[in-house]
Amino acid sequence: MAVDKNMRILIVDDYKTMLRIIRNLLKQLGFNNIDEAIDGSSALAMLRSGNTYGLVISDWNMEPMTGLQLLREVRADAHLKALPFIMVTAESKTENVIAAKEAGVSNYIVKPFNAETLKTKMSSVLGDF
Amino acid sequence: MNQDDAEIALQTRLDLIRAARGNSVPLDDVAEVVRAILDTMSGEISSNELRVYNELEALAVIIRKTKQEIADIRPDEIKDDFLPTAADELDAIVQSTETAANTILDAVEAIEAVIPNCDAATGEAITNATMQIYEGCNFQDLTGQRISKVVNTLKLIETRVNGLVSAFGAEIEEVLRNTPEVATESAAIPDDADLLNGPQHPEAASSQDEIDRLLASLG
Repeated sequence: MAVDKNMRILIVDDYKTMLRIIRNLLKQLGFNNIDEAIDGSSALAMLRSGNTYGLVISDWNMEPMTGLQLLREVRADAHLKALPFIMVTAESKTENVIAAKEAGVSNYIVKPFNAETLKTKMSSVLGDF
Repeated sequence: MNQDDAEIALQTRLDLIRAARGNSVPLDDVAEVVRAILDTMSGEISSNELRVYNELEALAVIIRKTKQEIADIRPDEIKDDFLPTAADELDAIVQSTETAANTILDAVEAIEAVIPNCDAATGEAITNATMQIYEGCNFQDLTGQRISKVVNTLKLIETRVNGLVSAFGAEIEEVLRNTPEVATESAAIPDDADLLNGPQHPEAASSQDEIDRLLASLG
Protein backbone atom coordinates (compact mmCIF):
# COMPACT_ATOMS: atom_id res chain seq x y z
CA MET A 1 0.00 0.00 0.00
CA ALA A 2 1.32 3.43 -0.91
CA VAL A 3 2.43 5.68 1.88
CA ASP A 4 0.07 8.59 2.46
CA LYS A 5 2.34 11.62 2.25
CA ASN A 6 -0.41 13.74 3.74
CA MET A 7 -0.20 11.83 7.00
CA ARG A 8 0.28 14.00 10.08
CA ILE A 9 3.77 13.55 11.52
CA LEU A 10 4.79 14.71 15.00
CA ILE A 11 8.46 15.59 15.48
CA VAL A 12 9.75 16.03 19.03
CA ASP A 13 13.05 17.65 20.01
CA ASP A 14 14.12 20.21 22.60
CA TYR A 15 16.52 21.84 20.11
CA LYS A 16 14.43 24.11 17.94
CA THR A 17 17.14 24.10 15.29
CA MET A 18 16.88 20.31 15.12
CA LEU A 19 13.10 20.53 14.70
CA ARG A 20 13.66 22.92 11.85
CA ILE A 21 16.18 20.57 10.19
CA ILE A 22 13.93 17.51 10.48
CA ARG A 23 10.91 19.46 9.27
CA ASN A 24 12.81 20.64 6.18
CA LEU A 25 14.17 17.18 5.45
CA LEU A 26 10.64 15.74 5.71
CA LYS A 27 9.37 18.43 3.36
CA GLN A 28 12.06 17.47 0.86
CA LEU A 29 10.89 13.86 1.17
CA GLY A 30 7.39 15.06 0.33
CA PHE A 31 5.80 15.18 3.79
CA ASN A 32 4.28 18.56 4.59
CA ASN A 33 1.76 17.86 7.36
CA ILE A 34 4.13 18.24 10.30
CA ASP A 35 3.59 19.24 13.92
CA GLU A 36 6.34 19.99 16.44
CA ALA A 37 6.75 19.47 20.20
CA ILE A 38 9.71 20.45 22.36
CA ASP A 39 9.44 17.69 24.97
CA GLY A 40 7.73 14.39 25.70
CA SER A 41 4.96 15.87 27.83
CA SER A 42 3.72 18.32 25.23
CA ALA A 43 4.08 15.63 22.55
CA LEU A 44 1.91 13.25 24.55
CA ALA A 45 -0.73 15.95 25.01
CA MET A 46 -0.74 16.56 21.25
CA LEU A 47 -1.02 12.85 20.50
CA ARG A 48 -4.02 12.63 22.84
CA SER A 49 -5.63 15.81 21.52
CA GLY A 50 -7.73 14.01 18.95
CA ASN A 51 -5.56 14.56 15.90
CA THR A 52 -4.63 11.38 14.10
CA TYR A 53 -0.90 11.01 13.62
CA GLY A 54 0.75 8.55 11.28
CA LEU A 55 4.27 8.77 12.70
CA VAL A 56 6.25 10.14 15.64
CA ILE A 57 9.91 11.08 15.21
CA SER A 58 11.33 11.83 18.64
CA ASP A 59 14.58 12.81 20.31
CA TRP A 60 15.49 10.91 23.48
CA ASN A 61 17.24 13.38 25.79
CA MET A 62 14.57 15.91 26.81
CA GLU A 63 13.04 17.24 30.01
CA PRO A 64 10.72 16.83 31.79
CA MET A 65 9.63 13.76 29.83
CA THR A 66 12.27 11.94 27.78
CA GLY A 67 11.69 10.33 24.42
CA LEU A 68 11.86 6.89 26.03
CA GLN A 69 9.20 7.84 28.56
CA LEU A 70 7.07 9.22 25.75
CA LEU A 71 7.47 5.95 23.86
CA ARG A 72 6.38 3.94 26.91
CA GLU A 73 3.34 6.19 27.38
CA VAL A 74 2.42 5.74 23.73
CA ARG A 75 2.74 1.98 23.88
CA ALA A 76 0.68 1.86 27.08
CA ASP A 77 -2.13 3.91 25.55
CA ALA A 78 -4.83 1.78 23.94
CA HIS A 79 -5.48 4.40 21.26
CA LEU A 80 -1.83 5.08 20.43
CA LYS A 81 -0.04 1.77 20.98
CA ALA A 82 0.21 0.91 17.27
CA LEU A 83 1.56 4.35 16.29
CA PRO A 84 4.89 4.11 14.40
CA PHE A 85 7.61 5.68 16.54
CA ILE A 86 11.15 6.44 15.37
CA MET A 87 13.77 7.54 17.89
CA VAL A 88 16.31 10.05 16.54
CA THR A 89 19.03 10.53 19.11
CA ALA A 90 22.72 10.93 19.91
CA GLU A 91 22.34 8.14 22.50
CA SER A 92 24.10 5.33 20.67
CA LYS A 93 25.13 2.92 23.42
CA THR A 94 23.96 -0.64 23.13
CA GLU A 95 21.92 -0.37 26.32
CA ASN A 96 20.05 2.61 24.89
CA VAL A 97 19.08 0.74 21.75
CA ILE A 98 18.04 -2.29 23.79
CA ALA A 99 15.93 -0.15 26.14
CA ALA A 100 14.23 1.55 23.21
CA LYS A 101 13.58 -1.77 21.51
CA GLU A 102 12.14 -3.24 24.70
CA ALA A 103 9.89 -0.19 25.01
CA GLY A 104 8.58 -0.85 21.51
CA VAL A 105 10.44 1.57 19.26
CA SER A 106 9.73 1.07 15.55
CA ASN A 107 13.17 2.15 14.42
CA TYR A 108 16.22 4.01 15.70
CA ILE A 109 18.32 6.73 14.04
CA VAL A 110 21.61 7.93 15.52
CA LYS A 111 22.55 11.60 15.20
CA PRO A 112 24.13 12.94 13.11
CA PHE A 113 22.05 11.42 10.36
CA ASN A 114 21.44 12.15 6.71
CA ALA A 115 18.31 12.34 4.60
CA GLU A 116 18.91 8.92 3.10
CA THR A 117 18.98 7.31 6.54
CA LEU A 118 15.80 9.12 7.51
CA LYS A 119 14.08 7.96 4.33
CA THR A 120 15.29 4.36 4.76
CA LYS A 121 14.11 4.14 8.35
CA MET A 122 10.77 5.74 7.53
CA SER A 123 10.31 3.29 4.65
CA SER A 124 11.02 0.36 6.93
CA VAL A 125 8.28 1.54 9.25
CA LEU A 126 5.71 2.94 6.82
CA GLY A 127 6.50 1.11 3.57
CA ASP A 128 8.32 2.32 0.48
CA PHE A 129 7.68 5.82 -0.78
CA MET B 1 48.82 7.64 79.21
CA ASN B 2 50.33 4.51 77.64
CA GLN B 3 50.29 3.47 74.00
CA ASP B 4 47.04 1.48 74.24
CA ASP B 5 45.28 4.29 76.06
CA ALA B 6 46.58 6.78 73.49
CA GLU B 7 45.32 4.70 70.61
CA ILE B 8 41.92 4.26 72.23
CA ALA B 9 41.70 7.96 73.04
CA LEU B 10 42.70 8.89 69.50
CA GLN B 11 40.18 6.52 67.94
CA THR B 12 37.42 7.72 70.29
CA ARG B 13 38.06 11.38 69.42
CA LEU B 14 38.15 10.67 65.72
CA ASP B 15 34.92 8.64 65.93
CA LEU B 16 33.20 11.52 67.71
CA ILE B 17 34.29 13.98 65.03
CA ARG B 18 33.24 11.63 62.25
CA ALA B 19 29.83 11.13 63.88
CA ALA B 20 29.38 14.89 64.12
CA ARG B 21 30.75 15.88 60.72
CA GLY B 22 30.68 12.77 58.56
CA ASN B 23 33.71 11.82 56.46
CA SER B 24 34.56 15.40 55.56
CA VAL B 25 36.47 16.35 58.70
CA PRO B 26 38.56 19.52 58.53
CA LEU B 27 42.24 18.76 58.92
CA ASP B 28 42.42 21.41 61.65
CA ASP B 29 40.17 19.25 63.79
CA VAL B 30 42.29 16.16 63.16
CA ALA B 31 45.44 18.10 63.99
CA GLU B 32 43.85 19.35 67.21
CA VAL B 33 43.03 15.80 68.25
CA VAL B 34 46.60 14.70 67.56
CA ARG B 35 47.95 17.61 69.61
CA ALA B 36 45.60 16.85 72.48
CA ILE B 37 46.64 13.19 72.56
CA LEU B 38 50.33 14.15 72.47
CA ASP B 39 49.82 16.54 75.37
CA THR B 40 48.44 13.72 77.53
CA MET B 41 51.50 11.54 76.94
CA SER B 42 53.53 12.90 79.83
CA GLY B 43 55.89 11.22 82.23
CA GLU B 44 58.17 8.39 81.31
CA ILE B 45 57.74 7.24 77.73
CA SER B 46 58.39 3.66 76.76
CA SER B 47 59.94 2.74 73.37
CA ASN B 48 56.51 1.74 72.04
CA GLU B 49 54.97 4.96 73.25
CA LEU B 50 57.83 6.88 71.69
CA ARG B 51 57.12 5.17 68.39
CA VAL B 52 53.45 6.18 68.62
CA TYR B 53 54.54 9.70 69.55
CA ASN B 54 56.83 9.90 66.52
CA GLU B 55 54.14 8.56 64.22
CA LEU B 56 51.65 11.12 65.51
CA GLU B 57 54.19 13.87 65.09
CA ALA B 58 54.90 12.73 61.54
CA LEU B 59 51.14 12.74 60.91
CA ALA B 60 50.94 16.32 62.15
CA VAL B 61 53.76 17.32 59.78
CA ILE B 62 51.98 15.66 56.85
CA ILE B 63 48.76 17.47 57.73
CA ARG B 64 50.53 20.84 57.87
CA LYS B 65 52.30 20.17 54.56
CA THR B 66 49.09 19.02 52.88
CA LYS B 67 47.28 22.12 54.07
CA GLN B 68 50.00 24.32 52.63
CA GLU B 69 50.04 22.47 49.31
CA ILE B 70 46.26 22.69 48.93
CA ALA B 71 46.30 26.36 49.85
CA ASP B 72 49.02 26.91 47.23
CA ILE B 73 46.70 25.53 44.55
CA ARG B 74 44.55 28.57 45.28
CA PRO B 75 41.16 26.79 45.18
CA ASP B 76 39.55 30.19 45.81
CA GLU B 77 40.78 31.36 42.40
CA ILE B 78 39.64 28.16 40.71
CA LYS B 79 36.18 28.56 42.27
CA ASP B 80 35.75 32.29 41.76
CA ASP B 81 37.54 32.93 38.46
CA PHE B 82 38.53 29.95 36.35
CA LEU B 83 35.43 27.73 36.57
CA PRO B 84 32.83 30.50 35.98
CA THR B 85 34.90 31.81 33.06
CA ALA B 86 35.14 28.35 31.50
CA ALA B 87 31.38 27.82 31.86
CA ASP B 88 30.64 31.21 30.30
CA GLU B 89 32.90 30.42 27.35
CA LEU B 90 31.11 27.13 26.78
CA ASP B 91 27.70 28.80 26.95
CA ALA B 92 28.92 31.30 24.38
CA ILE B 93 29.97 28.45 22.07
CA VAL B 94 26.49 26.92 22.23
CA GLN B 95 24.85 30.26 21.52
CA SER B 96 27.21 31.01 18.65
CA THR B 97 26.69 27.65 16.96
CA GLU B 98 22.91 27.94 17.37
CA THR B 99 22.93 31.40 15.83
CA ALA B 100 25.17 30.19 12.99
CA ALA B 101 22.99 27.15 12.31
CA ASN B 102 19.82 29.27 12.15
CA THR B 103 21.49 31.79 9.87
CA ILE B 104 22.42 28.95 7.53
CA LEU B 105 18.88 27.55 7.69
CA ASP B 106 17.40 30.98 6.91
CA ALA B 107 19.57 31.17 3.81
CA VAL B 108 18.75 27.63 2.70
CA GLU B 109 15.02 28.23 3.06
CA ALA B 110 15.37 31.39 0.99
CA ILE B 111 17.17 29.38 -1.71
CA GLU B 112 14.46 26.70 -1.64
CA ALA B 113 11.80 29.35 -2.14
CA VAL B 114 13.11 30.07 -5.64
CA ILE B 115 13.15 26.42 -6.74
CA PRO B 116 9.64 26.68 -8.29
CA ASN B 117 11.08 29.31 -10.64
CA CYS B 118 13.80 26.97 -11.86
CA ASP B 119 13.71 24.26 -14.51
CA ALA B 120 13.43 20.68 -13.28
CA ALA B 121 17.13 19.81 -13.47
CA THR B 122 18.21 22.98 -11.72
CA GLY B 123 15.55 22.54 -9.05
CA GLU B 124 16.66 18.99 -8.38
CA ALA B 125 20.29 20.06 -8.12
CA ILE B 126 19.39 22.80 -5.64
CA THR B 127 17.23 20.40 -3.63
CA ASN B 128 20.07 17.87 -3.38
CA ALA B 129 22.49 20.57 -2.27
CA THR B 130 20.14 22.05 0.32
CA MET B 131 19.45 18.58 1.69
CA GLN B 132 23.17 18.18 2.34
CA ILE B 133 23.21 21.52 4.13
CA TYR B 134 20.36 20.38 6.38
CA GLU B 135 22.28 17.21 7.13
CA GLY B 136 25.38 19.23 7.93
CA CYS B 137 23.45 21.39 10.39
CA ASN B 138 23.07 18.36 12.67
CA PHE B 139 26.32 19.54 14.23
CA GLN B 140 24.55 22.17 16.31
CA ASP B 141 22.52 19.69 18.33
CA LEU B 142 25.50 17.42 18.95
CA THR B 143 27.75 20.35 19.86
CA GLY B 144 25.23 21.49 22.46
CA GLN B 145 24.92 18.03 23.97
CA ARG B 146 28.68 17.50 24.14
CA ILE B 147 29.22 20.88 25.76
CA SER B 148 26.47 20.15 28.29
CA LYS B 149 28.48 17.12 29.34
CA VAL B 150 31.57 19.27 29.86
CA VAL B 151 29.56 21.84 31.84
CA ASN B 152 28.27 19.05 34.10
CA THR B 153 31.86 17.93 34.69
CA LEU B 154 32.82 21.51 35.58
CA LYS B 155 29.95 21.63 38.07
CA LEU B 156 31.26 18.46 39.69
CA ILE B 157 34.73 19.97 39.93
CA GLU B 158 33.22 23.14 41.40
CA THR B 159 31.49 21.10 44.10
CA ARG B 160 34.79 19.45 45.05
CA VAL B 161 36.63 22.76 45.02
CA ASN B 162 33.93 24.30 47.21
CA GLY B 163 34.61 21.50 49.68
CA LEU B 164 38.32 22.38 49.68
CA VAL B 165 37.58 26.07 50.15
CA SER B 166 35.28 25.26 53.08
CA ALA B 167 37.87 23.01 54.71
CA PHE B 168 40.83 25.33 54.15
CA GLY B 169 39.31 28.78 54.15
CA ALA B 170 41.51 30.06 56.98
CA GLU B 171 44.69 28.53 55.54
CA ILE B 172 43.97 29.99 52.10
CA GLU B 173 43.57 33.45 53.61
CA GLU B 174 46.85 32.98 55.47
CA VAL B 175 48.66 31.98 52.26
CA LEU B 176 47.17 34.97 50.47
CA ARG B 177 48.37 37.28 53.24
CA ASN B 178 51.88 35.81 53.10
CA THR B 179 52.16 35.64 49.32
CA PRO B 180 53.51 38.70 47.56
CA GLU B 181 50.76 39.97 45.31
CA VAL B 182 51.30 39.09 41.69
CA ALA B 183 51.05 42.07 39.42
CA THR B 184 47.50 42.41 38.19
CA GLU B 185 46.66 42.77 34.52
CA SER B 186 46.02 46.46 34.91
CA ALA B 187 49.25 47.05 36.81
CA ALA B 188 51.56 44.97 34.65
CA ILE B 189 52.87 46.09 31.31
CA PRO B 190 51.10 43.82 28.85
CA ASP B 191 53.20 41.81 26.45
CA ASP B 192 51.95 40.25 23.22
CA ALA B 193 50.68 37.13 24.99
CA ASP B 194 48.60 39.24 27.38
CA LEU B 195 46.81 40.71 24.39
CA LEU B 196 45.54 37.34 23.17
CA ASN B 197 42.16 37.26 24.93
CA GLY B 198 40.24 35.49 22.18
CA PRO B 199 36.63 36.23 21.27
CA GLN B 200 34.80 38.40 23.78
CA HIS B 201 31.32 37.76 25.15
CA PRO B 202 28.75 39.86 23.30
CA GLU B 203 28.00 42.00 26.34
CA ALA B 204 31.70 42.73 26.86
CA ALA B 205 32.76 43.02 23.24
CA SER B 206 33.29 46.33 21.50
CA SER B 207 31.06 46.99 18.51
CA GLN B 208 32.52 47.99 15.16
CA ASP B 209 31.19 51.51 15.77
CA GLU B 210 33.01 51.66 19.11
CA ILE B 211 36.22 50.39 17.49
CA ASP B 212 35.87 53.02 14.75
CA ARG B 213 35.36 55.77 17.34
CA LEU B 214 38.37 54.54 19.31
CA LEU B 215 40.56 54.49 16.21
CA ALA B 216 39.41 57.95 15.28
CA SER B 217 40.14 59.23 18.78
CA LEU B 218 43.67 57.86 18.56
CA GLY B 219 44.33 59.96 15.51
